[in-house]
Amino acid sequence: MNWTMLDTWIVIAGVLSACSCSVLGNFLLLRRMSMMGDAISHAVLPGLAVGFLLTGSRSSLVMFLGAAVVGVLTAVFTQWINRFGKVDEGASMGVVFTALFAVGLVLIVQAADAVDLDPGCVLYGAIETVPLDTVQLGSLSIPRAVLTLAIVFAINLGVIIVFFKEFKICAFDEELATTLGIRSAWMHYLLMTLVAVTTVASFESVGSILVIAMLIVPPATAYLLTDRLQSMILLSLGFATLSAIGGHWSAMAVPPIFGFADTNTSGMMAVVAGLLFSFAFVFSPRQGLIARFLKPKTN
Amino acid sequence: METDAPMSLNTSAKTLPATGSEHSATAPVSIHDMTVAYHRKPVLWDIDLDFPKGKLTGLVGPNGAGKSTLIKAVLDLVPKASGRVTVFGQPYQRQRHLVSYVPQRESVDWDFPVNALDVVTMGVYGKIGWFRPVRKPHRELAMAALERVGMADYARRQISHLSGGQQQRIFLARALVQDAEIYFMDEPFAGVDAATEKAIIHLLHDLRSAGKTVAVVHHDLQTVSDYFDHLIMLNMRVVAAGPTREIFNRENLRKTYGGRLSLLDQAAQAIISQS
Repeated sequence: MNWTMLDTWIVIAGVLSACSCSVLGNFLLLRRMSMMGDAISHAVLPGLAVGFLLTGSRSSLVMFLGAAVVGVLTAVFTQWINRFGKVDEGASMGVVFTALFAVGLVLIVQAADAVDLDPGCVLYGAIETVPLDTVQLGSLSIPRAVLTLAIVFAINLGVIIVFFKEFKICAFDEELATTLGIRSAWMHYLLMTLVAVTTVASFESVGSILVIAMLIVPPATAYLLTDRLQSMILLSLGFATLSAIGGHWSAMAVPPIFGFADTNTSGMMAVVAGLLFSFAFVFSPRQGLIARFLKPKTN
Repeated sequence: METDAPMSLNTSAKTLPATGSEHSATAPVSIHDMTVAYHRKPVLWDIDLDFPKGKLTGLVGPNGAGKSTLIKAVLDLVPKASGRVTVFGQPYQRQRHLVSYVPQRESVDWDFPVNALDVVTMGVYGKIGWFRPVRKPHRELAMAALERVGMADYARRQISHLSGGQQQRIFLARALVQDAEIYFMDEPFAGVDAATEKAIIHLLHDLRSAGKTVAVVHHDLQTVSDYFDHLIMLNMRVVAAGPTREIFNRENLRKTYGGRLSLLDQAAQAIISQS
């Protein structure tokens, strides 16, 4: 195994993408809306396609706008169907995102002759090609995806820090927030917009499957290990980083041990995240299987 | 039945005697002709009420009578089909800061990663305002509220490690820290231990002495006369509203609870034993 500059860029892209997802995922998890990340990451597809068909451009800005609009629409439609159709939230989410995803696929297939918008690429990304497309930033030549992901991560982190207490109260007790005059609906749509934009930024590099994994698995791991929200968010960022680094390393190092060629990095990132979760699940000092076995609950 | 529009039901409700449509302009909370429906099925019809200042008001009625819904509709947590709510003569939306709410304990996820102090501090988030973080003075306010409910020793404890009664007291402290004029509480006595029950009653008396207005959804008919000076008896409509000793009688109980005889007997006994 030889580690090159290319590998470093791949890992940086992976870390930024995983952290962008995880920081938002904490709030999806706590609001019991984990599947909303899944829904939005699929539903943004028609947004991308329409953005492209309308402008003929595949520039990041167009893609982000399309995604943001559809992200909010997904949240709005889900709520409408839930409220007016007497369909429970999970089911209405299922209706909305599968329909939007299907529309997106049709649009992409229609446009496919003209453009390189590849459904397969959306699903599992192409992190290995990240270092090939670079932009010049002063004297530094850095991959375009890394720059985009760095900006998205900065935005996500900034928004979560600035609105920390609002996100916290809306996740814990929406009714209290409402009686205090805090618009929980706005916070909800803000979160959905960020998820949509993050999804699109991560598509190219890690793909939508990994986005879903990174939105939920690192926060879920952190949730098992702490009982303070701040530490949960910090820990989730740590696990996201570990998954990205460990994922790329093991994609290169593990298969050759068994005589195979090295494997897909984003897949291994999800596997590492899953392993970290399993460790926490078993060894967590308070809620882990072993702790519970040794100290049975008294009340 | 379900397809009936609320409007047609409204007209039928109008034929009943009105329950005091004269509103005092200075009442802490006035509800004007409020109707609330879930999925077009009305749950509250033509509610017209004043909550008197400086009184402990009890809200009683059978399950499904709309007690919680009434509070939630006042606080804009569920939509109203018609009607409006004023607080000291002004629309509620402009007076939110004067009203605080203690929801049912089951309404939140107690496994949420926060400690008792965090939860109480949330009560001042509205005052802190956008773009400003929680600071030491805010936490000190929250700590003082925790002391008032006898929970200061548990400030740093994760909320899932608290007993039901302790969780209820955390909610009360969170309402106290808002320093409101009006308090709506949804079954604060449900499933709490004796110590908590005593602490809540003590607190209610404190609030009354300070001239605050308190409305409490209550289940236990035996304690109604002990706890509340003022009473609202509810069963989708207001059956009776007024001073407890005037309206808490056999006839109104029968009207409120209908044919549930065992419950009625229990209540009648409670009244007889007190008089």
